[in-house]
Amino acid sequence: MKRDYLLFILFALLVYAVPTFFKGGYLLNVLVFMGINTMLAVALNLLLGFAGQISLGHASFFGLGAYCSGILTATYGFNPWLTMVIAAAGVGLLAFGLGFPILKLKGHYLAMATLGFGIIVYIVLNETVALTGGPSGLSGIPNLKIGTLLFDGDLKNYYLIWTFALVTMLLSINLAHSRIGRALRAIHDSEVASRVMGVNARLLKVQIFSLSAVISAVAGGLYAHTMSFISPASFGFNFSVELVTMVVIGGLGSIFGSFLGAALLTILPELLRVVQDYDIVVYGLLLIVMTMYMPKGLAGGVAACWRLLRSKKVKAVENAQG
Amino acid sequence: MDLLPQLTQYAFSGLSTGAIYALIGLGFAIIYNSTGIINFAQGEFVMLGGVLTHFFLMVLKFPLVVSMAVAILVATAIGVAFERLTIRPLKRPTPLSMVIITIGGSIFIRGVAMLIWGKDTHSLPPFSGNEPLVIAGATVMPQHLWIFGLTLLVIAANKYFFYYTISGKAMRACSYNRTAASLVGIDVRRMVFLSFAISSAMGAMAGIIIAPLTMTAYDVGVMLGLKGFCAAIIGGMSSGFGTVLGGLLLGLLESLGAGLISSGYKDAIAFIILLLILFIRPQGLFSKAQTERV
Repeated sequence: MKRDYLLFILFALLVYAVPTFFKGGYLLNVLVFMGINTMLAVALNLLLGFAGQISLGHASFFGLGAYCSGILTATYGFNPWLTMVIAAAGVGLLAFGLGFPILKLKGHYLAMATLGFGIIVYIVLNETVALTGGPSGLSGIPNLKIGTLLFDGDLKNYYLIWTFALVTMLLSINLAHSRIGRALRAIHDSEVASRVMGVNARLLKVQIFSLSAVISAVAGGLYAHTMSFISPASFGFNFSVELVTMVVIGGLGSIFGSFLGAALLTILPELLRVVQDYDIVVYGLLLIVMTMYMPKGLAGGVAACWRLLRSKKVKAVENAQG
Repeated sequence: MDLLPQLTQYAFSGLSTGAIYALIGLGFAIIYNSTGIINFAQGEFVMLGGVLTHFFLMVLKFPLVVSMAVAILVATAIGVAFERLTIRPLKRPTPLSMVIITIGGSIFIRGVAMLIWGKDTHSLPPFSGNEPLVIAGATVMPQHLWIFGLTLLVIAANKYFFYYTISGKAMRACSYNRTAASLVGIDVRRMVFLSFAISSAMGAMAGIIIAPLTMTAYDVGVMLGLKGFCAAIIGGMSSGFGTVLGGLLLGLLESLGAGLISSGYKDAIAFIILLLILFIRPQGLFSKAQTERV
């Protein structure tokens, strides 16, 4: 437990120190995206990694957050901070209402239902042209502003997004170590057993689903206000799958794992840009191979290496002494 | 335009897409019943059927029937290889890992298809000309009739296989209880292998017969696969008539919805039905409630 917080502090310091190495430009822009993806992956991990409930429609919460905040500011001239709160509350309520029937389902059925919901949202975003601008997108979304500080450059956005991402991570670490975190893991292992032990599994699942959706909606708002332009293509089924991939590749139930997964999947397309069309093949293979041979993900892999190194060191010391 | 011929028209096109959904849905149900896996890559075999036939027919200049047969064989081989390489080696499969692996497989197959055949959409020539027939005031393409006929044939063959051959009976035994099946000497692994072979062949078949109507491309599998899954859910994951009825119902509702309400929301209709059924009758429309699906 202590180690998690220590790791978090080190990580936060690193995050805030990074821009001193490269000022502005392309790389910083990639890091901004990495921050948003980290938020989304951590949010999904709460549901997938802790409670063990799959969602193949999480991009829709991200999209609804982005569009809600985007439309209210660009079309109706609301204050961006206010609209992000409205978007988060709206999406949270929607997820809460949806959660009760949808989380009654399990396994494949849950996967399909969330997937169906995601596709419906995607189609609605495309078809309600008068409201959303349809497939060609919504532009002219204003940047966020604190007093006279307007978040319009990559560097400013970097600090803004990563502050939100770090808060999300801290919140999730706290949650993981709380009574709720333990209850969620109990549901993951056996829902029936957890209910026997007095966990209100049904309500807790819906609550964590809503929390996860709210964080995704906030990430959506941030995305809309930093990009100034959004289109439905960013919130489709593929992105939902990508989010699940981040969580699984990073390591189910590991907050830092979610960061690793998000980082990998943000950087990978940039690296694969040279071989553009091959990226989808590599991506599919990665998904299969990682699930088959590294069921605990990158975080599990790193931990295993660490243990291996330590046990070698101990042995070396023993050998030297013996 | 009169309403009645228009409705007949929608009904014809709806039922023929519905037949396709039924074929794909049966593929889902067969794998699900023998392994407990929802194969998210199912749609890719539909795509492979269409794209491979186009390749053999247009590029290698094989005759149509040969192209179709070879395409189905190749797609089946890929389906079987997919099971061998990714699903069989898994030591402790969980629903989550299966969902992710089959999605990974679907992305991979789609990616390879895109690399080999490009991003263009291709069309297949209709099996017997483009001359529309007039039935009850509605114009019907001969391809629609091909779809009905071949779907019926496949379903009949399926019925025969599952009820009158020893392998088919063994597969049904697996779907009731895998442990018990293995206790009476059924090779469960072989049944899993067979179920993947059958459902990828059926998927490929569906992809081939619909290609002359809707065109084919590397990315058609996603939507078709999901619709097929909706059909299977409506039918309660049965590998028989439930899924067929589910597919036809889905095709019909979609076609009527697209024609009478809005074509933009055509795809949404299927998923709204899916959600409603999952929420209200997760056991499907045509079967009795069982114990909780875990």
